[in-house]
Amino acid sequence: MKKLIILLSLLMPMSVFAAGGNVHLDKANYDLTDKASLQNGAKLYMNYCLGCHQMQYQRYQRAFNDLDIPLELGQDNLQFTGEKPGDHIKNAMPAESAAAWFGAPPPDLTLVARVRGADWIYTYLRSFYADESRPFGVNNLVFPEVGMPHVLQELQGVPRKTLEQHMVDGQMVDRYVGLKSDGSGYMTPAEYDGAVLDLVNYLVYTGEPTRLESESIGRYVLLFLLVLLVLVYLLKKEYWRDVH
Amino acid sequence: MWKNLMDWIEYRLPIMRVANMHAIQYPAPRNMNFWYMFGFLATIVLVNQIVTGIWLTMSYNPTAEGAFASVEYIMRDVDYGWMLRYMHSTGASAFFIVVYLHMFRGMIYGSYQKPRELLWLFGMFIYLALMAEAFMGYVLPWGQMSYWGAQVIVSLFSAIPVIGPDLVIWIQGDYVISGATLNRFFALHVIALPLVIVILVFLHIVALHEVGSNNPDGTDVKRKKGSLSEEEKTKFVIHEYYTSKYDIVDDIVPFFPHIVLKDLVGFAFFLLAFCYVMFFNPGMGGYFLEHPNFEIANNLKTPEHIFPVWYFTPFYAILKAVPDKLGGVIAMFAAIIALALLPWIDRGKVKSWRYRCGLHRWNLIVFAGVFIFLGYLGGTPQENWKITASQILTIMYFGFFALLFIYSKNEKCLPVPARITE
Repeated sequence: MKKLIILLSLLMPMSVFAAGGNVHLDKANYDLTDKASLQNGAKLYMNYCLGCHQMQYQRYQRAFNDLDIPLELGQDNLQFTGEKPGDHIKNAMPAESAAAWFGAPPPDLTLVARVRGADWIYTYLRSFYADESRPFGVNNLVFPEVGMPHVLQELQGVPRKTLEQHMVDGQMVDRYVGLKSDGSGYMTPAEYDGAVLDLVNYLVYTGEPTRLESESIGRYVLLFLLVLLVLVYLLKKEYWRDVH
Repeated sequence: MWKNLMDWIEYRLPIMRVANMHAIQYPAPRNMNFWYMFGFLATIVLVNQIVTGIWLTMSYNPTAEGAFASVEYIMRDVDYGWMLRYMHSTGASAFFIVVYLHMFRGMIYGSYQKPRELLWLFGMFIYLALMAEAFMGYVLPWGQMSYWGAQVIVSLFSAIPVIGPDLVIWIQGDYVISGATLNRFFALHVIALPLVIVILVFLHIVALHEVGSNNPDGTDVKRKKGSLSEEEKTKFVIHEYYTSKYDIVDDIVPFFPHIVLKDLVGFAFFLLAFCYVMFFNPGMGGYFLEHPNFEIANNLKTPEHIFPVWYFTPFYAILKAVPDKLGGVIAMFAAIIALALLPWIDRGKVKSWRYRCGLHRWNLIVFAGVFIFLGYLGGTPQENWKITASQILTIMYFGFFALLFIYSKNEKCLPVPARITE
């Protein structure tokens, strides 16, 4: 036991140390009950993402139903190439060409929120910055050397790394302080964050369309089980009363 | 009319006799505490896995091309398919939780000791079959972790001298993990191994009822025939299968309704936890459903970190602790074999840790801690300190058995009470 305690006390500070290496991710406070946000996210997805990224496990109609989008409105505004409502959300980009254009075919995004997590996507889409050395002129802080252009540039503008000059040991040194858009997009930074959050919300939804249904059923199940627990406990007590 | 029908059947098939003998009038020590509910829970989870598994099979497509999409089809298009899938995936983790607690119960109360050696061995075989079952089941969704986890585990066989590489190809049914592997794992997962597990569980229960249940005191509730006065014998109705061979002390209750009701209380607690996970947090932060497994298997893209699911991680840590591949595989299997040999490693005569030496109690507690810590090490990204840590812990893991073997020979134990104490 002593050995274990010594070992534990030795290892604890190391594990804290080890956790600090990753890129800081901003918290995405998405809300699956916010239909307006989800609808806006779906709109952004169909307009900006779907060209390259399929959602091949998600059906249009399912999304329309779950997001309270009337079928006709959805067909008119979110389906662009005459798909049927029951079709999966796919695009026409051939995988081989896509691999040649971007280095790797753009991944399917149906489940991306379950693979990467909402915080990662939220931070990633807000972490592009101008970098002339890259083929598309942009790089990403969360995903360095990413093969994807900054698709939302017309919304955000061109973000640049802002540097501040500091005196370190008698020398002026540039220090990175953050990203700042050049203002050429038609959204303010706050609006852009909101739009990205809506998009993340939609991606979280498609990752698990049954989340809300699951939780609403789950509440009744837990309530039932609490009642069952009390009844079973009382019954057990009654039968065991005479056992000494 | 009803009675006539039942008699007609009973005359031809001993339903009530078997039910009385093995369920209703089975004598169980009255001091069996909460540790004794995990066998019951494991049976319940087994039934859950079989039933939900049947329904999942109806919509699952066991091909490399279709498996991943068919799981998403179940999650989205099949009515309540998500519920079936989460019941099955949560059930897999729940199975190991209850089985690990069930095994630890056996260890602290010495339930593996004479005359329950065979019972313990059947249990270990169930555990082995369960690990194979879980591993193959995890391959079926054909996500990244399914694929690369299978890659790591199957390649372990290549460490076997001479036949290793050929054996791997034979297992895979291909030169790499492929649709052929997926297909045969599906066959093993849905037919072969469940059948083996069900048969072993049957044998486990038959063997248990032959020798009787142990209890937290380790006191035997069965005495030689004719050694007890009427006063000392139990007043409950116990099946003559037991009373004809032994006198049963007045320290028992019948399995039904007493033990069943007690187990049902535990069952309600268990279901609360199970349903909370299943409905609100089925991924359990990436432990029950690993994040990379939501990405389709890609043999050209190795994930950043490859871990088995949490219930294998203690053994995975032992595997990685040994620098040599073959040595690691041997250590990993030795870790399981050591557990199976517990009835012979422990030379003590006293069963329960209540009446055994303090060293034994600490040895068990440290062992549990070591097992959990190994699990942590095997399930988190590799770092330098972790290699050393898992080496130390691997030695401590085997140290448990070595110590037990040594001190159990001439152990100073407390006197075991003749009758159950509480």
